[in-house]
Amino acid sequence: MNDNLSNADIVKCENLVYKRSPVMTDNVMHYCPGCGHGTAHQIIAEVIEEMDIQAETIGITPVGCAVLMYNYLDIDMQEAAHGRAPALATAVKRLMPEKYVFTYQGDGDLAAIGTAETIHACNRGENIAIFFINNGIYGMTGGQMAPTTLPNMRSSTSPYGRDVEMMGNPLRITELVAQLPGTYYVTRQAVHTPTYVRKTKKAVRRAFENQKLKKGLSLVEIVSNCNSGWKMSPVQANKWMVDNMFPFYPPGDIKLEGKMLSKD
Amino acid sequence: MKELKLMKGNEAIAEAAIRAGADGYFGYPITPQSEVLEYLMAEKPHERTGMIVLQAESEIAAINMVYGGAACGRKVFTSSSSPGISLKQEGLSYIAGAELPCLVVNVVRGGPGLGTIQPAQSDYFQATKGGGHGDYRLIVLAPASVQEMADFVELGFDLAFKYRNPAMILTDGALGQMMEKVWLREHKPRMTEFPAWATTGKTPDRERNIITSLDLDSARQEEFNLKLQAKYNKMGEEEVRYEMTDCDDAEFLLVAYGTSARICQKAVQLARKKGIRAGLLRPITLFPFPKKPLKEMASRLKGILSVEMSTGQMVEDVLLAVNGQVRVEHYGRMGGIIPSPDEIADVLEHKFTGGKNYE
Repeated sequence: MNDNLSNADIVKCENLVYKRSPVMTDNVMHYCPGCGHGTAHQIIAEVIEEMDIQAETIGITPVGCAVLMYNYLDIDMQEAAHGRAPALATAVKRLMPEKYVFTYQGDGDLAAIGTAETIHACNRGENIAIFFINNGIYGMTGGQMAPTTLPNMRSSTSPYGRDVEMMGNPLRITELVAQLPGTYYVTRQAVHTPTYVRKTKKAVRRAFENQKLKKGLSLVEIVSNCNSGWKMSPVQANKWMVDNMFPFYPPGDIKLEGKMLSKD
Repeated sequence: MKELKLMKGNEAIAEAAIRAGADGYFGYPITPQSEVLEYLMAEKPHERTGMIVLQAESEIAAINMVYGGAACGRKVFTSSSSPGISLKQEGLSYIAGAELPCLVVNVVRGGPGLGTIQPAQSDYFQATKGGGHGDYRLIVLAPASVQEMADFVELGFDLAFKYRNPAMILTDGALGQMMEKVWLREHKPRMTEFPAWATTGKTPDRERNIITSLDLDSARQEEFNLKLQAKYNKMGEEEVRYEMTDCDDAEFLLVAYGTSARICQKAVQLARKKGIRAGLLRPITLFPFPKKPLKEMASRLKGILSVEMSTGQMVEDVLLAVNGQVRVEHYGRMGGIIPSPDEIADVLEHKFTGGKNYE
């Protein structure tokens, strides 16, 4: 910030760089300091605000850390059973095709218990958006191994590190659903720096806008940290995420306008 | 327009739902109920009324689609048979916990496990005592004819919306597969206005609507449990439905629902030919159970025989209702076997008036 700005200058509208979206409620968030959920919520709220679709948006919350998302977004929301959000969203969209419908799910919810619902909603090409927060761990239940936990990564149920021989490999479900004809837009982003926040916001906006095209499902994966579950400080966790999660879960678009992007 | 048709029970349910103004059906194939989904797909209700039909990837997905649709205030339903209904129990618990109206049809087959595809009544406990986790109940309707299969679709929806509670039609493979003539009601238009609690999009004139079964505050969760119980008690006062046949002078009472009740109607006639003054009480609502008429009749009866195609599940509710005032016995056939009227009349004779021991 410019050192020459006085307090009186700071409150001037033209110097405003960030504000809470009116689509967010006043409720105090339960997320751990440094967690990416709050930022992801704010991004979704900002897009709903900017598109002026608060009255036309229905969100489905998962089981996991984001179960209480309905306390933070000032829109109509349904709280699903673990993993079932895409099934709820399917019905909501088919019964009210003119509405904007999204699910917000963690890796345990979307890529373990809800794998069938995820894959089949994607494969049917439901005109919904799925926002997928991947932090490689079960946060809410206290840091257990997730389907996305990296090889050798420690968790409370892989205390000596994920042994892939015994526990299987992490699942890149985003790459998997990108193969399906029903997905129209598949991307992987993050929210740990302002640059990535801007990229994620563009992706979220595109996922909402795509619903009007009726060409299939949009999935935005957001690689995030779980500093509590990873037993790190927020800063350490973000660094660890870039060094370890990004090589396995590289950020960037995977499928655009129904076409797979070639890897080079 | 009202129409008379010859239909299978499963088809009657499907056609009745279109005519009752249902908004959506989400199903998954399983014998002996697949005709519900097949009929709806063939009938294209989207063109007739705008109702949507979707074959889900599993029974679990289907019931959760019902959850999502019900949360939008829509008239939605699903159907399955016993193993599939077991898979739906998680969803039903959430739907009951979120206080959403919906209709679920269970065309029961014999169990446990994969069991058999033949008719049975062995899901009574699951249907009437909750089924999934937590303290909740379903409104349970037990049709005994193809006509009632059709009629109870609308009744089930009405009760579900009245109480914001899931309702179940508990029928069996015999009623699902048999063909009978059925009067179909004229088309009722689909809803155009939705309940105030529905998640239809937060307009500026109202607070946001949240559909959830979660409350981490113990005091509030207990309060919610008490609220549900009060709702179930109200159902017990206002929604009990049953039918009595030849009960005025009866000394011996058969209690049976659904397919068993049809057979017991004939068994009552056969017993009376033998000189046994028999009557039949047919519970139509299994939850709430017709406790009161049983309790009132108990002191003047010499015996009650609960007849079920199970090892004896409803008999426990009969025992609770009469509270020791009269001897209660159970007779059941399992594994898809339907008892004959002669068999039931003989059992009644021998259990209560001596003779051949049927134990």
